[in-house]
Amino acid sequence: MMMSGTLAEATSGTPILTLLVAVPLLAAVVVLLLPRSRQEVVKLVALLASVGTGALSVWMLLAFDKHEAGYQFSSMHPWISSLGISWNVGVDGISLLLVVLTGVLFPVAILGPDENKDVKAYLAWLLVLEAGVMGVFISLDLFLFFVFFEVVLVPMYFLINGWGHGNNTYSAMKFFLYTMFGSSLMLVASLALVFLYRDKTGITTFDINVLQHAAQDVLTRTQGRWLFAAFALAFAVKVPVFPLHTWLPDAHTDAPTAGSVILAGVMLKMGTYGFIRFAIFLFPEAARWFAPVLLTVGVIGIIYGALAAIAQKDLKRLVAYSSVAHLGFIVMGIFAFSTQGLTGGVLQMINHGVSTPALFLLIGWIYERRHTREISELRGLQKSAPVMAGIFTIVMLSSIGVPGLNGFAGEFLILIGTFVTRRWWAVVAASGVILAAIYLLWAYQRSFHGEPAAPDDANARMADLTLRERLVMAPLLLLIVGMGVYPKPALERIEPSVKALLQHVSDSTGYTQPAVAAGAGDQK
Amino acid sequence: MMLVAQAESTLVLPHVDWVSVAPATILIGAAFVLLVAGSLLRGRLPKPTNITVTIAAAVAAMFSTIPLWERVREGRAAATLADAVQVDGFGVFFVITICSALVLSALIGEGFFVRENLPGPEYNVLMLLSASGGIIMATANDLIVLFLGLEILSIALYVLAGSNVRKVESQESALKYFVLGAFSSAVLLYGIALVYGAVGTTNLSGISTYLGDRVIFGNSLLVGGMVLLLVGLGFKVAAVPFHMWTPDVYQGAPSPITGFMAATAKAAGFAALLRVFVSALGSRGTDWQPVVWVLAVITMVVGAILAVVQSDVKRMMAYSSISHAGFIMIGLEAASHRTGASGVSGSLFYLLAYTFIVLGTFAVITIVGGQGDSAHRLDDYNGLARRKPALALAFTLFLLAQAGIPATSGFIAKFGVINAAVQVHSYAIAIVAMLTGVITASFYLRLIMRMYTAEPGEGAVAVRIPMGATIALVLCSAATLVGGLLPQVVVEFAQKATLR
Repeated sequence: MMMSGTLAEATSGTPILTLLVAVPLLAAVVVLLLPRSRQEVVKLVALLASVGTGALSVWMLLAFDKHEAGYQFSSMHPWISSLGISWNVGVDGISLLLVVLTGVLFPVAILGPDENKDVKAYLAWLLVLEAGVMGVFISLDLFLFFVFFEVVLVPMYFLINGWGHGNNTYSAMKFFLYTMFGSSLMLVASLALVFLYRDKTGITTFDINVLQHAAQDVLTRTQGRWLFAAFALAFAVKVPVFPLHTWLPDAHTDAPTAGSVILAGVMLKMGTYGFIRFAIFLFPEAARWFAPVLLTVGVIGIIYGALAAIAQKDLKRLVAYSSVAHLGFIVMGIFAFSTQGLTGGVLQMINHGVSTPALFLLIGWIYERRHTREISELRGLQKSAPVMAGIFTIVMLSSIGVPGLNGFAGEFLILIGTFVTRRWWAVVAASGVILAAIYLLWAYQRSFHGEPAAPDDANARMADLTLRERLVMAPLLLLIVGMGVYPKPALERIEPSVKALLQHVSDSTGYTQPAVAAGAGDQK
Repeated sequence: MMLVAQAESTLVLPHVDWVSVAPATILIGAAFVLLVAGSLLRGRLPKPTNITVTIAAAVAAMFSTIPLWERVREGRAAATLADAVQVDGFGVFFVITICSALVLSALIGEGFFVRENLPGPEYNVLMLLSASGGIIMATANDLIVLFLGLEILSIALYVLAGSNVRKVESQESALKYFVLGAFSSAVLLYGIALVYGAVGTTNLSGISTYLGDRVIFGNSLLVGGMVLLLVGLGFKVAAVPFHMWTPDVYQGAPSPITGFMAATAKAAGFAALLRVFVSALGSRGTDWQPVVWVLAVITMVVGAILAVVQSDVKRMMAYSSISHAGFIMIGLEAASHRTGASGVSGSLFYLLAYTFIVLGTFAVITIVGGQGDSAHRLDDYNGLARRKPALALAFTLFLLAQAGIPATSGFIAKFGVINAAVQVHSYAIAIVAMLTGVITASFYLRLIMRMYTAEPGEGAVAVRIPMGATIALVLCSAATLVGGLLPQVVVEFAQKATLR
């Protein structure tokens, strides 16, 4: 990661990362300016823009040099130069796949649910959200990152508030205030880092590549730990880590389907990604010191999320709690500080970002047809909607982590990676895998199996997936199976950057992981 | 030097550098022209005369700062009028801020005074005078001149607060403002007297030189004077615990006047606070820093918490403006430290950004208030997005900016002062500020929610948007967005607008 500093300065060719933010943002403005009466044009513009952005991100995936651990496609322009703030963007193996996931999920979220209420505003907010999420994953400047991290709250707030169901007003507010509270201290911590660095070196900069050695060279141990704690709080709320998770079930359940898809698919990853990119990268010593705490809350999240999911009566709420469990796995993998654990954590972010949105889409379609998500009201859907049942099974198995589907590779790597460095945490966490099987299979059994109560009740007459819905599911299914059978393309892009990060940690703290944990690459 | 020879004695009049005092002079001149023309021609003036003259004067005053700014950049900023007026970058910045507020208020007021059937040029005349008072305060280099400016600003504002002659609330607001304002003026004057007693001059540069040259311990006269100055000016900027007048006055005064008051009185009050405390009493920073620290914290927190429980939008905005005053004071607190120069520029950026945000907010409040200027309950905003989507969107922008959400100028403003606080290692105040931001977000969001989700009530007042207000809304929205996305130019302007 040492060479990334020089790479960041080299801007070559098209500023593709800037386009990833600019295209959806421009499309949002266009959508707002289009006449309200031409709904189909509005939908087409939004879809084309999001597909275009997705295509750009996929092109990036192919053009990405997988032997290079540093930042690629970087570009850097001064923004508020008198404060040392610049438009500084780039992706490495850790953020690349999250960018691609964002690019893929947004067209799915736009095309998937059939939203007809005030389509113009709805799509405009979704596109603004896409620009914001992309920005979070590409920012290499603390200020820029904070701007995107906080600005995404606004479109999501409006989506939950305006197009959600149930107690959505309350949930939207709770979501907004919780996250804002979390990130409020992060801004102070960023500034503290910047100015403590400036006091020593005379350089005012928010560039994380310049600041990467600040914790070691400039800060005292105590300072580093306080600053890490402030960053960690922001990300822990966003992930969310137990016990800061209470906004999540509310927000997920009451959000419109597209909102849940994005929230679960990419927005939760902003927290785990933040841990890796900022909290650990900038404060390696403090991160090592805090690791047991985060491992513990991660494991509590796994068990607690799974138990809470078992107890749910509402399908969507059940999936929401399953996210708490899955994200607990990812946090555990990250703070295991081993190549396998961290690689597994990054991979699992992608896996969870594919399966959970797929589940939310399916549940959204059930809700569109049956106007309920209560498990007790659903019965024998397998008879009336066999295709949906089949797809649901695959997605569910992927979420459980059955070998051959995508969920397995990530969870397996996380468990191995944690086992070698933190044995007992891994042992407890492994039970979470079994619990996941219980809540999902049981929910599936109750709603899809059996006979409808009456031969002509609503469950028996429920329509199967339409062609559009099958097309929407296709890319997700492809990823579920593809990444399950052959995860290598993803792993080989993630791994160099993960290794570089762990090297940075070991350079700064003298920590070295056990040799057996470093060899994740060999077992492919 | 002009000499006037008389029989017994020679009166030496100071040299007047007209370029330096041009901004205030233009505004006062325009006020008199408007007043005289208005009373002589009585209704025979074409309708848009008032607003045209006001805006022309404000714009002319802004342009008149160009040669001044040139001087500042060449390092030739100097005091004039027998050292009583100081035209430095700081002063120029406030001329721009106050004149912007004047232009926007005139635009918002135009439709309002027609709607409320309150014709006549006196509102514009008073606004021009009040703004000139604010400029005099911001450029004063002498406590006496500063006091004169404060009185010109305030007396015009007292009358403006009561200018809706058909509403008893407006009269009440004017009376409260006047009584409490006069009281605070007296306190300020007493503070000036004590400082004069301690240092032997009322000239700000003189005070600075005197204190810089000597080490003074336990001078109770000076400390007492500083406290009274802080109280008197704290009243003007509505800092807790001197904020009691704010909610009643904000609620009772005509809505465009409330916006004008929020922007101008706050800007001028902070100009005076910064000039007196940073420039004149800067060497005594360790004395006043703890007091300002406490004031800033309680002002932010109390304002934010009390705003949460309001059911009247204007009262809510009154408390929110109190909370903003607390944020701006963070800049003053930072400036008390030796390395806290960015505190002043942080406060300056905040005040300029706030001018556009708060006037945009009050433009919306004026419009929604409807005939009689009375629809100010939160319920009156229910379903506004369905009736007037563009207006609701603009209001959302202003409210998010007040909450300090990124991509608006409000965020850069908040960032600026917190930046300054962290630079001088005042972490506690920075953390309090960020957490207060979350509290304030809660009530702004509640208002936004009403516009977008709640059903409009039965007796929803018809909403009409006059031309002038539309222009003001466009200007304010543009400034709020540009200030959030491309703030570089303004940030630099604020950084260069230093005190001399």
